[in-house]
Amino acid sequence: METDNFRQGLRDGIPIALGYLAVSFTFGMMAASGGLSVWQASLISLTNVTSAGQFAGLSIILAGGSYLEMILTQLIINLRYCLMSFSLSQKIRPDVPLFHRFLVAFGITDEIFGLSAVKEGKVHPAYNYGMMAVAIPGWTLGTFLGALSSSLLPGFIMSALSVAIYGMFLAIIIPPAKKNRPVLFVVLGSMALSLLFSEAPALKQISSGFAIIIITLMTAGIAAIVSPIKEDNVKPE
Amino acid sequence: MKNNIYMYVLVMALVTYLIRMLPIVLARKEIKSRTVKSFLFYVPYACLAAMTFPAILTATDGGPISGAAGLIAALIAAYKEKSLVTVALIACAAVFITERLLGLF
Repeated sequence: METDNFRQGLRDGIPIALGYLAVSFTFGMMAASGGLSVWQASLISLTNVTSAGQFAGLSIILAGGSYLEMILTQLIINLRYCLMSFSLSQKIRPDVPLFHRFLVAFGITDEIFGLSAVKEGKVHPAYNYGMMAVAIPGWTLGTFLGALSSSLLPGFIMSALSVAIYGMFLAIIIPPAKKNRPVLFVVLGSMALSLLFSEAPALKQISSGFAIIIITLMTAGIAAIVSPIKEDNVKPE
Repeated sequence: MKNNIYMYVLVMALVTYLIRMLPIVLARKEIKSRTVKSFLFYVPYACLAAMTFPAILTATDGGPISGAAGLIAALIAAYKEKSLVTVALIACAAVFITERLLGLF
């Protein structure tokens, strides 16, 4: 049971790691060109495992910003993990020993959360560990390689790889949206709002991390009120 | 860089970990409220959808056209319920081909 979950996690972690390579490679290149060492760039990736937060953090480091600025920026950009963590807290059985939650928490990324959140029923921590065991080294290795050599992979390969993560997201959300009307509306509503936040004059000023929080609260909140799920917690009515 | 780089890394890592750790450790009891349960059911879809679009359009070097090609290819593959890796690779291939075609003109 435990090894099965771990193995499945390893398998599902492979596409995550591949997608991470491209993004973290870019992060490594940016960090190195900003004057950080290969070791420092890799250390940031190993200890943070988050894309938007790291890019924002890097710009603060390079600009010599204050620690307070760093705290506030990380808080706002990464606040969506708070929602994910809260959501995941319900997917882990209450009788699972507490230390598992401390460990699973470290690996809550958009992608790892995305996969464990849509799993039917409860999630075994071993599944998350499997994904983390592939995804976190992938994320760190990409940073290391990017920092080491800014011309390791030709640009056109990097460009193609940069959509891998979004392809995965769509593979997660589209099949349920096909079968479930409220999920479809949540998906379409979020995308429409997201477009609005990235293009509308005043809303454009809001950072993308913060925009995602607002959009998630709005669409998931409206859907929860308009079409609450049945008690068995699988399908909306 | 006037501050210590390792202090920055420590602050970043600590804040990020606390955000991830506190809810999952503190909210251990099963939530009974149907509205909260429903809300949490919809959160991943809302969140992933908002992160994907329109970001996918600006992710590539080739600009919105190759990004759009990746989006359409991924939508079709995801609609046909292909696996995660397959959908991701199809999206990458669509971007690659589109950028090569755009380069011809």
